[in-house]
Amino acid sequence: MSFFEIFKNTKKDASASMAKERLQIIVAHERATRDGPDYLPALQRDILEVVRRYISINPEDVAVNFDSLDDYAILELNVTLPETAPAQE
Amino acid sequence: MAKIIVVTSGKGGVGKTTTSAAIATGLAMRGYKTVVIDFDVGLRNLDLVMGCERRVVYDFVNVINEESNLKQALIKDKRIANLFVLPASQTRDKEALTKEGVGRVLEELRESFDYIVCDSPAGIEKGALMALYYADEAIIVTNPEISSVRDSDRILGILQSKSIRAEQDLEPVKEYLLLSRYDPERVNRGEMLSVGDVEEILAIPLLGVIPESKAVLKASNQGIPVIHDAESDAGQAYADSVDRFLGKDLPHRFLEVQKKGLLKRMFGG
Repeated sequence: MSFFEIFKNTKKDASASMAKERLQIIVAHERATRDGPDYLPALQRDILEVVRRYISINPEDVAVNFDSLDDYAILELNVTLPETAPAQE
Repeated sequence: MAKIIVVTSGKGGVGKTTTSAAIATGLAMRGYKTVVIDFDVGLRNLDLVMGCERRVVYDFVNVINEESNLKQALIKDKRIANLFVLPASQTRDKEALTKEGVGRVLEELRESFDYIVCDSPAGIEKGALMALYYADEAIIVTNPEISSVRDSDRILGILQSKSIRAEQDLEPVKEYLLLSRYDPERVNRGEMLSVGDVEEILAIPLLGVIPESKAVLKASNQGIPVIHDAESDAGQAYADSVDRFLGKDLPHRFLEVQKKGLLKRMFGG
């Protein structure tokens, strides 16, 4: 750092931490879909469609996770409902 | 029985060929009979970095198609005994690299070499998949930059699912991280991902950190692998990486900002 740069607030544009945060999220997401079976994206689409018949939700409100353990696998479905879900009669 | 090492990254321009040339040269310098193969069909460049571009007669695809034998195609390095280059084909289509063909050539090489270094092309197309398919160990070249780290993670996924070791349920490919173009000064300023950040995200053992260095361009200009430049930071960092690869436990160097003189510190530069 040169003499004149001392006066600049260098931490202000510390973009590396932003890069790390974004990477952690995208990499975790891509690993989750990579390790699972091929039908997961299609399953996610279908669930979204079914839930949408009753409640209005966004694509990101449905999370599908697949965990493979030694002798069994867990398929985890998470649907986040909006706080004021209008029930469609 | 030779070990097959793939040097790969997903992303282009991160230093795969520079690394392949340096690691292969380093292994040969330490007495191991080594061949380095260019898998980048159509975009041959390892020959330039190794400084043997004018001695290419036959290439990898010629050997696969049995238009020449291995002995005719292998180029002996001028500087180091025990080091050979198998150049990529410049003109043929990428489909020339078949699993059977590549497998046959690697099998033949395994008989007489200690190490086979496969310089992968960028991307996840045929050439890259063929370069990693038979690998025993993988060196993932990564820059401290988001797209490079993401692509490295993608390549790790492919190694774990599409290599012969994965397909046949053998012991998985051994993976190593090689972080290149590292600039400690920018890391200190919070402008660049640190070694620790990248290690944390990719979660594979660190083979080495190659600092951003003028010596790398100079080396490729001259066609002399940068590991020959023992005075340079990059050359020393590659030499350390080779020793670590062979099992030596060495501390990582060049992670801190080099001390500057008083004048430089006051006026920059």
